[in-house]
Amino acid sequence: MVTTQSCGCSCTHENVAVPCCITEVKNVTPDIHTATSSITLANRFDHFLARWGVNRMGHTVTPGLYRLGNPDEDSPVFASANYTLSFDALRSALTGIDAYLLVLDTKGINVWCAAGKGTFGSAELVRSIECTDLAHVVRHRTIILPQLGAPGISWPEVMRRSGFRVEYGPVRANDLPQYLKTHTATPEMRRIEFTIADRIVLIPVELVHAALPAITGALILFFIAGSLAALAAIMAVLAGTVAFPVLLPFLPTRDFSSKGLILGMIVALPIAGAFVSNQTGPVWMNTAGACMAILIMPAVTAYLALNFTGCSTFTSRTGVKKEIFCYVPVMAVMAASGLVLGILLGLLGFLEVV
Amino acid sequence: MFDSYRGNTLRYDPDHCINCGMCSRVCPHSVFVPGSETAVLASPVSCMECGACALNCPVQAISVQSGVGCAWAMISAALRGRDMDSGECSCGGEPGTCCGAAQEKSS
Repeated sequence: MVTTQSCGCSCTHENVAVPCCITEVKNVTPDIHTATSSITLANRFDHFLARWGVNRMGHTVTPGLYRLGNPDEDSPVFASANYTLSFDALRSALTGIDAYLLVLDTKGINVWCAAGKGTFGSAELVRSIECTDLAHVVRHRTIILPQLGAPGISWPEVMRRSGFRVEYGPVRANDLPQYLKTHTATPEMRRIEFTIADRIVLIPVELVHAALPAITGALILFFIAGSLAALAAIMAVLAGTVAFPVLLPFLPTRDFSSKGLILGMIVALPIAGAFVSNQTGPVWMNTAGACMAILIMPAVTAYLALNFTGCSTFTSRTGVKKEIFCYVPVMAVMAASGLVLGILLGLLGFLEVV
Repeated sequence: MFDSYRGNTLRYDPDHCINCGMCSRVCPHSVFVPGSETAVLASPVSCMECGACALNCPVQAISVQSGVGCAWAMISAALRGRDMDSGECSCGGEPGTCCGAAQEKSS
């Protein structure tokens, strides 16, 4: 007789040796995996690939319960996501600590993004607790979650449905050893930052995403308008994907789009200058090139900057929506007028030649 | 001008607050700080509408329309003719997503 548990627990993971939903089978405990705190060369290579967006969804850990060191029934339990960067940050931070690690199935997504989507959520936490038979593995009823998992978790609901009390640890796994001394986090441990290192580490994946359209655009421009136009395209994209994350707090204004427009303009000016001072070709053609650079480049950089809101740690949906309504029309008008100008002048030049 | 982030959907009713301290514990931007009798809404403009405080408040003293502040998600939803708010931050959907490989630090 198979009885499905109240949680609707489906237990499809291979890691669970026996289907936990068969409540009759009480004496058989699901498999507990083993984890260590050491980060191997292979782990580091995996992190590198994740940072470059290679096989984006493939950086996963098998969900389930892990034994770190030699935990007993009084050892703490930490929850994490089944994304290698999340899991590895946790296990390496807990060097020398005996603990259980409960890895939720977040489909290979980090804790914070998964919490935002609800996959690092109350339902999945309760399901994992039941499927791994955690209540019989440990004697206490406390589970320590990363603070950034909170947007997906309702502690009263978890308590009601699983009997486990949720304790929110610090934002960064690195602070866990310090946190565990008192089980209280300092205000610094509770605050998310967006330091230059945090921002630089995001650049590769931004570059990878923008690479194909940027190279295509640059090639097309190279053949119809020359090398300076191709350089302009590359510069606008590099400004939006590399310079913008680095310079984010130093650019004036608060909105990402206006910061992007300013940065794009700074990059466009030398290109426009190069067009104007170009000795070859008719003067009107070079002036047109300069105008196009000033119209199109800031629009491209600003659009990439606006899209960086999703990577940042502080933009609200209300604010981003305002930015979209306020600036996307401006970017569209700038880019479109630049393109129209280019096409018109191209036609004029063609007619004159004819 | 040039600051779209001054207003948001965070609402707090201190009359309902039982001072359990959970909101200041889950907020990563110190929007709420512990107070002597109730939680104090110290910096509402810093709110990023993640929804952690409202979801973890046992007495519903806080409400916020939570969502992910990701332009990529909203623009792609709008382009596909869907409601902008339905735009799932597609970290984890197809390639070409918004969140990069962000926030590995979040254990």
